[in-house]
Amino acid sequence: MTAPLLKVEDLRVTFRLKSEGDMPWTKPKRLHAVGGVNFELKQGETLGIVGESGCGKSTLARALIRMVQAQGSVVWMGQEELLGLSKRQMMKYRSEIQMVFQDPLASLNPRKTVGEIIAEPLRTHNPSLSKKEIVAEVKAMMEKVSLLPNQINRYPHEFSGGQCQRIGIARALIVRPKMIICDEPVSALDVSIQAQVINLLMDLQKEMGLSLVFIAHDLSVVKHISNRVMVLYLGKVMEIADRDDLYDNPRHPYTQALISAVPIPEPKIERNKETILLEGDLPSPLAPPSGCVFRTRCPKATDLCAQEIPSLEQGTEGSSHKVACHFSD
Amino acid sequence: MSLLEVENLSVKFKTNDGIVSAVNDVSFSMDAGKTLAIVGESGSGKSQTAFSILGLLAPNGLSTGSVKFDGQEILNAPLKELNKVRAEEIAIVFQDPMTSLNPYMRVSEQMAEVLIHHQGISKAEAFNQSVAMLDAVKIPDAKRRARLYPHEFSGGMRQRVMIAMSLLCRPKLLIADEPTTALDVTVQAQIMDLFSDIQKEFGMGVILITHDLGVVAGFCEDVLVLYGGRVMEQGPVDPVFENPSHPYTQGLLRAIPRIDQKSDVLDTIPGTPPNMLLPPKGCPFVARCKHADDICGDQLPDLCELTAGRLRACHQPMEKLV
Repeated sequence: MTAPLLKVEDLRVTFRLKSEGDMPWTKPKRLHAVGGVNFELKQGETLGIVGESGCGKSTLARALIRMVQAQGSVVWMGQEELLGLSKRQMMKYRSEIQMVFQDPLASLNPRKTVGEIIAEPLRTHNPSLSKKEIVAEVKAMMEKVSLLPNQINRYPHEFSGGQCQRIGIARALIVRPKMIICDEPVSALDVSIQAQVINLLMDLQKEMGLSLVFIAHDLSVVKHISNRVMVLYLGKVMEIADRDDLYDNPRHPYTQALISAVPIPEPKIERNKETILLEGDLPSPLAPPSGCVFRTRCPKATDLCAQEIPSLEQGTEGSSHKVACHFSD
Repeated sequence: MSLLEVENLSVKFKTNDGIVSAVNDVSFSMDAGKTLAIVGESGSGKSQTAFSILGLLAPNGLSTGSVKFDGQEILNAPLKELNKVRAEEIAIVFQDPMTSLNPYMRVSEQMAEVLIHHQGISKAEAFNQSVAMLDAVKIPDAKRRARLYPHEFSGGMRQRVMIAMSLLCRPKLLIADEPTTALDVTVQAQIMDLFSDIQKEFGMGVILITHDLGVVAGFCEDVLVLYGGRVMEQGPVDPVFENPSHPYTQGLLRAIPRIDQKSDVLDTIPGTPPNMLLPPKGCPFVARCKHADDICGDQLPDLCELTAGRLRACHQPMEKLV
């Protein structure tokens, strides 16, 4: 068996918060944004990560490419431990792992032309290329993401949201990465444009054999694009399973509530379907509940949930469906 | 008589680049106690339609046409008259609960302000009524929470405060402009549940402005589909969703990935929405429509009756659109 592209073990991200009025000797508060996440990403696979705002999904993505400091282990292709690398050593892997950001316009430099924006990673990682070669590559990539190559000298503000996201995708793909992390790539787009970008991502994935980590809060979009899905809550994995397993047979109460809350655009079904309404809001990550982090909103919670943290376990031996709940279905 | 009657409403904005026609000839009417959805993508004019009804357009905006509420003309009415209608007859809930509350005022103060201004009651009485309303929108421990500042609430709770505030004067019509767009799905479910509870309890009409067709399917009776500032299709929710009569509505419904179905490739609507500085001569959807022919580019389609209660604006016959 070949090693997975990415193997993440016990990944933790902790932020230290100093609030105003703290004395110099006050210990900073610790916020555990990501608390011990494990997963593997196979070649060519798409892993969807869902969860509500504040659950740590973006922080997790940023930790993978070392945009924030993290503890634990991230092993690339069974060989290199990424978390211990120096900046220079990490450079080599930055061209293998690229990222597409949420806000299409804000993630593009407004003072650079589209050509310069897309070429920048190429110039950084392949400094030996001539100007001519770079322009040719950029034009080819623009065509691939359905942008007109003659727009190469335009500025980001001249493009619509959907087109800006295509520019962002082109910039990520120009260095031929093996893996792309998409952090809410379509949530700022309108429905009709969203479908275009999703189809583009899926086509390119097939063509270039990419692995995707796809972060979104829209469960329908994640269902459409992913092979496997991971559900996060307050920085902890609640459930991880193959896509169909998770959506047809969710076992964690949180996943069940999440899926039932997604509106379906068909009046007869939507009016008659049963929605599990969760009480209250996400607890403050500064003071997470003891035991299971979901217990304050969980309809099944008992005393046991307050005392013991449930571990992420397989239902049956060898199954890829894992749940962290004392009372999973 | 209908509660709200909008006729040939147009909204234009003067900008440095020219005149933007955000809303063009929109007409609809709504009976008391009904729920109407206005659906469209960003820039389709759905919010501007609502803002112009309440006279909330930006200073460079100009609205023409007619808006009658309970038989009284309110479009471009003098401020004094409008202020009576606002809050007491028509209230609005905005999209972003973070920015539509005043961060410097306690929640109780900004809620009481509405009552003191509109009903002239005492401060103490206004406070009590505010707390009662916060209770009605299911904010736990309302009496204590009323004294907090907006930043001490979560997003969902802030939206509840906004809703409570809009209900204070018992309006006959509530306009909700993307009330759940900024919220997570589980909170969205809570808020939509709250909306249908209070709608029944207060018996008011609701106009829900949204781009989420799933929310529309669950909550509304009628739907108005806008594109490029024009009505594409209008009718009761059930038949419109089951058998959409306009290529745009069809495309929109097919482009959404659904959680209850499996799909390999999403249908897309090619292209991008029209630039409203230079709106196309004919149908605004012509550049993206797969059924378009010569007439679509030349002539604006009229909004015609399809069956009783259903209207569509399309040159192509229904049979061709399958």
